[in-house]
Amino acid sequence: MEQGLNTEPTILEMQSITKEFPGVKALDKVSLSVKANEIHAICGENGAGKSTLMKVLSGVYPYGTYEGDIVYEGKVVRFKDIKSSEAAGIVIIHQELALIPELSITENIFLGNEPGRGGVIDWVEAQKEATQLLARVGLDDDPDTQIKNIGVGKQQLVEIAKALNKNVKLLILDEPTAALNENDSQHLLDLILGLKSKGISSIMISHKLNEIEQIADEITIIRDGKSIETLNVKADGVDEDRIIRGMVGRTLGNRFPEHTAEIGEVFFEVRDWTVQHPLTAERLVVKNSSFTVRRGEVVGFAGLMGAGRTELAMSIFGRSYGKFLGGRVFKDGKEIKLRTVSEAIGHGIAYVSEDRKALGLNLLDTIKRSIVSAKLRKISRGDVVNEIQEAQISEEYRKSLRIKTPTVEEGVNKLSGGNQQKVVLAKWMFTDPDLLILDEPTRGIDVGAKAEIYGIIRDLAAQGKGIIMISSELPELLGVSDRIYTIFEGQITNELPVAQADPETLMRSMTSSSQKVVA
Amino acid sequence: MSAPVTEKKSGFDIRDLKNLFGGGGSLKQFGILGALVVIILIFQIWTGGKTLQPGNIINIVQQYSYILILAIGMVMVIIAGHIDLSVGSVAAFTGIIVALAMKDWNFPWWAAIILGLVVGALIGTWHGFWVAYIGVPAFIVTLAGMLIWRGGNQLIGDSATVPVEAGFQVIGKGYLPEVGPNFGVNNLTMLLGFLVVLVLIGLEVRGRRTRKVMGAASDPVWLSVLRVVILGGVVLVAAYLFATGRVGTSFPVSGIILAALVIGYSFLTNNTIIGRHIYAVGGNKHAAELSGVNSKRVNFFVMMNMSVLAALAGMIFVARSQASGPFDGVGWELDAIAAVFIGGAAVSGGIGTVAGSIIGGLVMAVLSNGLALKGIQSDLVQIIKGLVLLIAVGVDVYNKTQGRPSIIGLMTNRNKSGGAAPTDDSTSNEVTPGGGTPDTVVPGDLRK
Repeated sequence: MEQGLNTEPTILEMQSITKEFPGVKALDKVSLSVKANEIHAICGENGAGKSTLMKVLSGVYPYGTYEGDIVYEGKVVRFKDIKSSEAAGIVIIHQELALIPELSITENIFLGNEPGRGGVIDWVEAQKEATQLLARVGLDDDPDTQIKNIGVGKQQLVEIAKALNKNVKLLILDEPTAALNENDSQHLLDLILGLKSKGISSIMISHKLNEIEQIADEITIIRDGKSIETLNVKADGVDEDRIIRGMVGRTLGNRFPEHTAEIGEVFFEVRDWTVQHPLTAERLVVKNSSFTVRRGEVVGFAGLMGAGRTELAMSIFGRSYGKFLGGRVFKDGKEIKLRTVSEAIGHGIAYVSEDRKALGLNLLDTIKRSIVSAKLRKISRGDVVNEIQEAQISEEYRKSLRIKTPTVEEGVNKLSGGNQQKVVLAKWMFTDPDLLILDEPTRGIDVGAKAEIYGIIRDLAAQGKGIIMISSELPELLGVSDRIYTIFEGQITNELPVAQADPETLMRSMTSSSQKVVA
Repeated sequence: MSAPVTEKKSGFDIRDLKNLFGGGGSLKQFGILGALVVIILIFQIWTGGKTLQPGNIINIVQQYSYILILAIGMVMVIIAGHIDLSVGSVAAFTGIIVALAMKDWNFPWWAAIILGLVVGALIGTWHGFWVAYIGVPAFIVTLAGMLIWRGGNQLIGDSATVPVEAGFQVIGKGYLPEVGPNFGVNNLTMLLGFLVVLVLIGLEVRGRRTRKVMGAASDPVWLSVLRVVILGGVVLVAAYLFATGRVGTSFPVSGIILAALVIGYSFLTNNTIIGRHIYAVGGNKHAAELSGVNSKRVNFFVMMNMSVLAALAGMIFVARSQASGPFDGVGWELDAIAAVFIGGAAVSGGIGTVAGSIIGGLVMAVLSNGLALKGIQSDLVQIIKGLVLLIAVGVDVYNKTQGRPSIIGLMTNRNKSGGAAPTDDSTSNEVTPGGGTPDTVVPGDLRK
């Protein structure tokens, strides 16, 4: 089997896979071809469709919910759930590990796959096999240890051991090193290489381009739900710059509003902000971050998922994330305290969450009630809400933001993503903020609605409000912002006026801290 | 662009009928209201007219007012995403303290009532503290409370029955007094009935005016009139029944307390900031917190409020049975919770109404009463009540998973599919065709 790279047979062929969600085409005729004994990387920006493609492959989205064919080991396969793809030897390891903290390593490895007869587990056999599996992944911990007592790096190895127990032939790893430190990452990458030499192919999704360059044989680049190209790392002489060009290489269209910014003085400033992970004491999610916002300015925050952008924003917004360790906030030259969300709203700060459904809206509520929900006192006398004003105000927002709904008394759950996002924007515009923090304001909404959201953002800036826009879509940041900060591993790594920024420079600052550090 | 349509075409359209008792979100309530009417009619026929006899409906109100009062508090607890199992024990604990306060410590009856409410507030503070500020699930806190306050009742009262004075008994077994000339009816009860009809008309007119100011579509006039005529008719018939009972009886005082609470709490849940916050926390706690809602305060409030209402319910019960006993209020929590869920609340929180819960409670009340009138044994009654709860919630859950709002929704859907939904026409002329790009987006931004 150990032959030259290109002569290996193809084990997986995904042929023009199309997957649609209501209002969004997540995958558009994507093709992917993986050879035996290969490590195949998939690269793309957040939201490009990588995870969706892997969910199609692993049966999370079963046959019938997508178009196109999956040819695996020469046959067209139709997985109806994860179990059926696992039976064929395809195992996916998600970014969020699927281990049960209270159970032991052995129990987790054999969960749902317990050795034994008639429902009675043979623990002696399990223990023996677990020890062998752990040896294969290079883990020498006692298999009786509870999962919660081992680190994330080792948990990742347990996941792989679990996959090996299922006789995996094709291992899918979604951001396997995102939560790992350098040592653990290296160990994991070595393990994946080792598995390859034993005939197990891997598909790896990662944002860490240096790792991909190090271990991948081929790279497929996905952009906007389309497969752009497949590169052979050795033959094509691929390096990080080449991958970045493929990931961001879309031409900037006219999707962005033209604007001449009338930027005022600095009115909002954060100094040395440091935040600790809510559970892990030694992990700093945001480190000594300082930045400024001017009136009428749209400030972009570029960073990959997990870089600490959201954590920084939520922590500033009334300490809604993690444990605050230090830092000061100044508004209009005076230091302000933002200990609770109410205080933050009171100081004219609004935060539009990246997770509209989980954090932005009460999906059981109506449009009009949602719009006024963040500042009910504004339309209340005593403690009684004025329902006439509520209806009038929400009606005004419906018109000015073009929320597509028959009436504002409709439930927000009936709206499309783009219109839900407009409701969230209306909700925060209603609080009369001076500073709006928009976290991925266009995630999961279609192109038309995106353009409308960009228009709203520029309008708000034109009214003299300061805007912070967090996004992992570089074209959007370049199209809408006036100035861009990049964040990597909780630190601000670069600051550029938009005129000096280009996708390649930003992506470099977003994927390594080697750039100049701006104080 | 264009003035919003303030009133729909005035022609008769059967689809409007579904708005008779609130359209949209309250369809579920309509379903359960229909079920209540059907149940009343069935028992009226089956018992040979006994169900709607004055004496019997007075009895129903007196016998179930305290459960319905509990349901008001319980629906707020459940909307916020919690549960309260302790209400029966809290009621019993308050009852014994109030009874002893009058018997041994010579409290006048009105001071005893205030004392009872204070006791309820203190117990509620205790529950609220554990739920909101320590974070113990309400199920556990109130399970503990169920044991603690039941034990407290029996400890303080020495497991004995303590009688209460006549003045106090009024809140449980009192009636509206006879005043004015004798027309063969209770004048105050009839007056109350006419007053309610006037209020109904006023509300309908005000509602229409409000909707006009809002620029929202109103129901056709015929529907408004029909609604007032039906509701007003029901109110007057009920008032007449209450007013023509056995001499000396009329509309019960406990019914008046209940009605006042229903009105007050409906207003609180719908129209006040705290009410909105209860729905917000139950619907999505994280989103509520990120909107500046203090979820701890909301949780504290609902638990506290529940215990105050439980104390009130306990006092009414003691007043009605003329004494406080060691087993007062056993199983009340289950009746109250059942009423709330039959009334359309969601186990996961965020959904529910005071009015729905009251109707749910009345369904259970009429059912128990009717079965008792027929001489059905209590063991069978329990089985039937259990099945009704299960089926009511089961139908609701099934409809939801099928994406069907209700039977009424199903009936009207068929008409809808032909053209635009009736409410659509108020806005269709304002939506830019083809999804529209706003004017603010100007092509040609090629800056890089």
